[in-house]
Amino acid sequence: MSTEPIRKLVVLAAIWIILALAPYWMAPLGGYTALATRVLVLGLAAMSLNFLLGFTGVLSFGHAAWFGLGAYGAGLTLKYLALSTPLAIVAGMLLGGVCGGLLGMLLVRRRGVYFAMVTIAFGQVFYYIAFQWSSLTGGDDGLRGFARQPIDFGLFKFDILSDADNFYYFVLFCFALMVGAMGFILRSPFGRTMIAIRENERRSRFLGIPVERHIWIAFTLSCFFMASAGALYALVNNFADPRGLHYSQSGDFVMMAVMGGMRSFWGPLLGAAVFVVLQDYLSSITVNWMSFVGLLFVLVVLFFPRGLLGFLQRGKA
Amino acid sequence: MTLLLLFNITNGLIVGAFYVLMALGLSLILNLSNVINFAHGGFLVIGGYIAYTITPYVGFWGALLLAPPLTAIIGLIVERILIRPLYGRDPLYSLLLTFGLAFMIEDGTRFIWGPQGKPVSIPPFLSQPLSNELFFITGYRLFMVVVAMIVVGLLFVLLRYTRLGVRIRAGTLDLETVAALGINVQMLRSLNFAVGIFLAGLSGVLAAGQLGLEPTMGTGLLMPSFIAIIVGGIGSLPGTLVGGLLIGVASGVTAVFFPAASEAVIYVMMAVILLTRPRGLFGEEGMMS
Repeated sequence: MSTEPIRKLVVLAAIWIILALAPYWMAPLGGYTALATRVLVLGLAAMSLNFLLGFTGVLSFGHAAWFGLGAYGAGLTLKYLALSTPLAIVAGMLLGGVCGGLLGMLLVRRRGVYFAMVTIAFGQVFYYIAFQWSSLTGGDDGLRGFARQPIDFGLFKFDILSDADNFYYFVLFCFALMVGAMGFILRSPFGRTMIAIRENERRSRFLGIPVERHIWIAFTLSCFFMASAGALYALVNNFADPRGLHYSQSGDFVMMAVMGGMRSFWGPLLGAAVFVVLQDYLSSITVNWMSFVGLLFVLVVLFFPRGLLGFLQRGKA
Repeated sequence: MTLLLLFNITNGLIVGAFYVLMALGLSLILNLSNVINFAHGGFLVIGGYIAYTITPYVGFWGALLLAPPLTAIIGLIVERILIRPLYGRDPLYSLLLTFGLAFMIEDGTRFIWGPQGKPVSIPPFLSQPLSNELFFITGYRLFMVVVAMIVVGLLFVLLRYTRLGVRIRAGTLDLETVAALGINVQMLRSLNFAVGIFLAGLSGVLAAGQLGLEPTMGTGLLMPSFIAIIVGGIGSLPGTLVGGLLIGVASGVTAVFFPAASEAVIYVMMAVILLTRPRGLFGEEGMMS
């Protein structure tokens, strides 16, 4: 057995240990558990976007729509339908994923910058719906009046509402499920085909691969993952906001994915961590924090097109 | 009712003229260089603020003449330093770069000129309504539309009859062949970019006189301009022109009957176009894939 698989296993184990122990090492470093929860949720969103961007080579610039729909789906379920956290997450996932999948059928024939352009524009449709339909969504003020519920295991209750650490582990559990599913799909023959399309679409077509159908499936899966992140985000804040559907939010996700490294599986999580920590820190010292994030992003695009993780890995090799 | 309708159609045409100026610049850059310029709204804001800064020295007319070329020069510098290194790469990178740049421009203007809105004074004779009946048609609004029309006319003449224009159009269709014929493609892209930014700067000056200035004013115009391009058909400048006016009037008319949907209607139009005629009104087959 060569050392490569062993090294990979060690890295993987290290990532999960770091994530599992976050509530214990965040506090001494000046952070707090809620920050780690935000990193996980936004990291899941960035990884969902990157599932499409990094492994099929298709940039959607309207993915915040599915994120936001996931948030509204979860919030509306908790507020009007049932006081159940798992049900809320499933409902959010379905709302965002199904809407994304249906729209995806219209989109898959576009490529490159045109795909980005059309996805932005369609994403904005959902933003306006959430913004204008005040009676259901609360309009500009956002959807309030719901809260995540303790998980009932019959024998005992797992309190995720008031205990920040418990909630972190609940989010980590959902994160692990989703990320596990992504990894599983990418290792499957379907995932290999996605990468083949990214590398050479024309050749894949000549090999008889139904390229459009594969891109559509990848897009739809990515929408489902994205919506699950949105549902979790609604639970983090006990609040859903139309700005979560806006294209600038999509842009934030793209920034996280590209900053972290869009060709690597874990890169977007690193990007999300950098983004969230930077935002948390910079917005406390300057109102112009967006220009620093923008500058960092411009520098990454110019000099480290493979992102921070790509840069680190190159240094090692 | 007729007056209200007329008022909103006029409004729509004026807004549409802005969309056209913005969208034509975006379209030029997109067609030749395959760059979606997210910072286009930022350049509009820069144009407006330059006009605001130089108006005390050169007056309104001087600002109208000077601010757009100054904006274009800033655009040239940005293109040379930031965008040129990315031409050889996947077009997504330039899109991402201009997205980051848009943040920097917005925060930069806020830092230099402050977050409060700034008024820009226009010559008094332009701010008079032309008649009591049609109170909403002030001289300035008419003036904006006329300036936009003249500039768009000049742009089409430039593209049709000058050597630069012919090269830009040829490059849009097949840049490789244009390069093989010995034309300096880098230079062509730079000039083309400058023309696009000039249009953004001009819309900035015109908008400043009507609405005043705010660091965020460019972002609101960016999405409608995208839609104008998609509706009109990617790759077709006349399409962009028609698309911009069409969505301007459509949102104006919707504002009369169903005000809540006046912003969303243009997205619905885009969806209908994409469903029934994916290449856009004037687009050519295959431009979008």
